[in-house]
Amino acid sequence: MATDLAPPPTRAATKPGRRRERLTFRTALLRYRWLYLMLLPGLAYFIVFKYLPMYGVTIAFQDFLPFLGYSGSPWVGFKHFEELFNGPDFGRLMFNTLILALLTAVFVFPAPIIVALMLNELRHSVLKRSIQSLVYIPHFLSWTIVASLTYLLFSVDFGVIATFFHELLGGKKIDYVAQPDWFRPIIVFQLLWKQTGWGTIIYLAALAGVNTDLYEAARMDGAGRFRQFWHITLPAIRPTIVVMAVLTSGHLLDTGFEQIWLMTGALNRSSADVFDTFVYYMGITQGAFSYSTAVGLFKGLVGVLLIFGSNWLAKRLGQRGLF
Amino acid sequence: MPNQSTTHQHTLGSRVFDVLNIALLSFLALITILPLMYVLAGSFASEAEIASRPFFLWPEKFVTTTYEYIFDSGTFVRALLTTICVTAVGTVVQVLLTFTMAYPLAKRYLPGRTLVLNLVIFTLVFTGGMIPTYLVVRDLGMLDSYWALILPLAINPFYLIIVKSFFQELPQALEEAARIDGCNEMGVFFKIVLPLSKPIIATFSLFYAVGIWNDYMSPLLYIDDSKKWTLQVLVRQLTSPDAQNAMAMLESVFFPTQGLKFAVVVIATLPILLFYPFLQKHFSKGVLLGSVKE
Repeated sequence: MATDLAPPPTRAATKPGRRRERLTFRTALLRYRWLYLMLLPGLAYFIVFKYLPMYGVTIAFQDFLPFLGYSGSPWVGFKHFEELFNGPDFGRLMFNTLILALLTAVFVFPAPIIVALMLNELRHSVLKRSIQSLVYIPHFLSWTIVASLTYLLFSVDFGVIATFFHELLGGKKIDYVAQPDWFRPIIVFQLLWKQTGWGTIIYLAALAGVNTDLYEAARMDGAGRFRQFWHITLPAIRPTIVVMAVLTSGHLLDTGFEQIWLMTGALNRSSADVFDTFVYYMGITQGAFSYSTAVGLFKGLVGVLLIFGSNWLAKRLGQRGLF
Repeated sequence: MPNQSTTHQHTLGSRVFDVLNIALLSFLALITILPLMYVLAGSFASEAEIASRPFFLWPEKFVTTTYEYIFDSGTFVRALLTTICVTAVGTVVQVLLTFTMAYPLAKRYLPGRTLVLNLVIFTLVFTGGMIPTYLVVRDLGMLDSYWALILPLAINPFYLIIVKSFFQELPQALEEAARIDGCNEMGVFFKIVLPLSKPIIATFSLFYAVGIWNDYMSPLLYIDDSKKWTLQVLVRQLTSPDAQNAMAMLESVFFPTQGLKFAVVVIATLPILLFYPFLQKHFSKGVLLGSVKE
């Protein structure tokens, strides 16, 4: 980059003939002391709250005891990982996590694309903007609020939606929020409600970038509305869809701790337990620091593999990918 | 395409599609907003009305007993004040840390800049995870401290990178002029750069404020003392299926009524909705800025 060679803009740097010298560590430190000083608090944050925990991951290979500390606790190799893979929890956690990931990929991922395309076809701009304003709102509400709304609307005694379905379908009243069978549909519905509107923004931006001459030309050639959509609109957002798919797949196992935790009750644990909530449960409430860190590390490493894997795949398929 | 309407062919199929499209989108908008309106109406309705009417958007009789109860009880007021203070202080800390770090990172000539940037980007791919972070916070003695709700989230790496890109695009001439006038980098930053960045400061203040206000995981992890509960925790305790146990833990032993649950949800949501017009304007800009730079 040519701009990297731009002369440093301090008065000291303007001495003739010394411009291109290779800065030693000390002169650089002295010359840019103010910039380094400004960098320091942020750097300290990243070291303390991001890199110390990364070092702390080593307790996954120890039997960590708080009073012995990171260096004093005995090393046990892959014991906790063996325990995880051979234990009774792994199958259930993997199954629940993957089912949720699959449901998200099938229902939640395409939803904003579809709604963005629908909004794009809406030619009444005031109506379009009003609808956009409304569907963005839930994005800003906390998961606590979303969970509370769910409990209030679906509860067996007062819930409007529970009552509505009961009157519509008859039969016994169903306690949707407590039933393991209803856990996944509710999670998917919450995700759709909260994120679909907001998710359209990125696709709408891609759609706004389409050259309108293309539509004009297509009309001249006699293309109807559907063919314009198929040959111009859809190809225009394909790169965005690929990038979003790569980004999302890296978080395949991230089920959203807050959402799942808030919807987990005593009765629906069999379908609600996923890696994220299991880590909290084992680590914080049971105090099994090493074991839960091992579970978290496994999940994190799978996430890294997934993001690199899907990026590679996107490139193989002739798309630009992320990096 | 906004100007399409004048030139579009109006075939029958096209019109049918338009009608269906508008109907479906309006339905989506209604589904989004109706639950919120129902909860708002319910919070002003009597307990009997909530029990007898299945769904309403306007209470038959307007009562404010739940709100009177809420603002009389120490627990609610304390949680509300706690949340307001933590959000205010936290936003200032986060914005200050993010912007001061982004500025030197925007200087391409700064030796070591690439290394620090890579350290930042790596945290987007891999993190230590919940338990190691919890142990760090605990070792710092921050359990049951309000700082635990602020400092572990002090810099969002995504926001940092966006602000850095913004600084890179600022015109350098003004900064140059200030330097010639004898300002050091710190002076340039506070006197020239920050005043130029007011809109983006507003954007990220809102980003961060919403983040802290809505945060449930940090208080769940780090706050044990029920006197230090934030609003989100209180909402959770009141509306979760085992709310009775939670209320028994508080000073008063009572069963939260449906109206009370509605009112608490309204109070925790209201600030977000009040700021929503600003949020919408700034957030969509921020999201796009971020997506362009990635």
